[in-house]
Amino acid sequence: MEPTRADVCAAAVADAFADDGEVFASPMGTMPMLGVRLAKLTSNPDLVISDGESVFLAGVPPLFAQGDVVEGWIPFRRVFDVVAHGTRHVMMGATQVDRHGNQNISAIGPFDRPRLQLLGSRGAPGNTVNNRTSYWVPRHSPRVFVEAVDIVSGVGPRRAAEAGPAAARFNDIHRIVTDLAVLDVGGPDRTVRLRSVHPGTTVAEVQEATGFDLGDLADVPTTREPTTEELVVITEVLDPRGIRFKEVPPS
Amino acid sequence: MSKGPRDKQTTIEDVVASLEDGMTIGIGGWGPRRKPMALVRAIYRSDLTDLTIVSWGGADVGLLARAGKIRRLVYAFVSLDTVPLEPNFQRARQQGTIPEVVELDEGMFQTGLRAAAQRLPFLPVRAGLGSDVLVNQPWIETVTSPYDEGFGHEELVAVPALRLDVALVHLNRADAHGNATYLGPDPYFDDLFAMAAERTYLSVEQVVDTAGLTVDTPVQRLLLSRMLVTGVVETPHGAHFTDCRPDYARDERFQKAYAAAAGGSDEEWQAFHDRFLAGDEAAYQAAVAAYGEES
Repeated sequence: MEPTRADVCAAAVADAFADDGEVFASPMGTMPMLGVRLAKLTSNPDLVISDGESVFLAGVPPLFAQGDVVEGWIPFRRVFDVVAHGTRHVMMGATQVDRHGNQNISAIGPFDRPRLQLLGSRGAPGNTVNNRTSYWVPRHSPRVFVEAVDIVSGVGPRRAAEAGPAAARFNDIHRIVTDLAVLDVGGPDRTVRLRSVHPGTTVAEVQEATGFDLGDLADVPTTREPTTEELVVITEVLDPRGIRFKEVPPS
Repeated sequence: MSKGPRDKQTTIEDVVASLEDGMTIGIGGWGPRRKPMALVRAIYRSDLTDLTIVSWGGADVGLLARAGKIRRLVYAFVSLDTVPLEPNFQRARQQGTIPEVVELDEGMFQTGLRAAAQRLPFLPVRAGLGSDVLVNQPWIETVTSPYDEGFGHEELVAVPALRLDVALVHLNRADAHGNATYLGPDPYFDDLFAMAAERTYLSVEQVVDTAGLTVDTPVQRLLLSRMLVTGVVETPHGAHFTDCRPDYARDERFQKAYAAAAGGSDEEWQAFHDRFLAGDEAAYQAAVAAYGEES
């Protein structure tokens, strides 16, 4: 069984949650949900997952499937409590991410009169100073990876440090998984760094698709391919209908 | 002469007639879920103006923005979920038609309502630190903790109380006195909106007698006590086109039509307005029923 790019992405998302222990894994969107459920069925069975609405699921249903054994109640008011408590790892989307790991989902252009109004900052400011936060970017491009985001919704390590210990104490930007690569904020001065490039992609292509300098790219490894077990779980259990290919088409 | 608590049943028209220009109005529900849309539609077609709207927003914000009702908007997001970006809200922001825009983090928003509900001037929270929420809202201050728990005297966001003149919420069942149950998956924050407000108007799918509220429903689903409620309006399908399970799910087909009209030309919006929004609530529901029969 030959893994597709989407399968590689799912395994990379799963790896982001592998060492979390018993926390609420909170995925926003299809690929984060697939990766979280893959992690729960392989590397981290202790993860707590939800139906994306208001209950914790004891089992691990396929994407967008209805009904399963429920193990808890997580209405929005309790989500905010868990965010503040810190026992959560959220993987959000990002319209922009910059060199310093700041994220924008609020608007493009000046706040007073944006060229393009997006969602608003949602929970990104609170997530990023309270619990572990990762990002999923389905189309890695210079429009997403910019020198400086227009509006800081999600707070990167530098901004958190500048805001003081209360902001930096629980700031934990963990991984940025894209359709081309895996990145983190482990670069010089906690800047964005390239951890690995997906099979079939080169570091030059990733740098080309990134609007800021990724620094020294001499020893960047290739993202691991999913194991046979993971491929079976993805294709037979979690996503037999191939919903993941809407986000990351097979090449 | 009855010795029971008073009957608070009223009408959509009387609720809206009690509102005034310039008021701060909180709208319950969440995004495209269990919004008091019948009351929102009535404000949309009213003469009210210069409102401050406080909402985890969906089409409630979109409609009121399109009608030019909003002087100040307090929100953390505006979304229709299956249509991620609300076209009427986008249009208002991109054209600059909302004079004061207060974008908060979701948790800050809840904290502001909590402060108002507890009659405090502010409550501290971590959310917002380091983000542009504080840059774009320079009137929101920080506060230094008087305590050192080993991390220094932490500087936290002092979220100001989000005091509401009026809260509008929609639940599944209520009695005539204002005790009310939610029957769906999530209470959202309707009780908090009510406690943050001077007056709360409650619309419901069905008014039942008090005993009927718990006859087949756990007492924990009683979200609102009558002591928080000023008026009760029975508005069947009053949350349409937002989600109001188990009574009805979100009307995705209608929502798509709304979003297409809102994001379309002025003529397309005018046609949507004329067909659905120009008349009263009964006319709206009749037009929606007719639309539902087309396929």
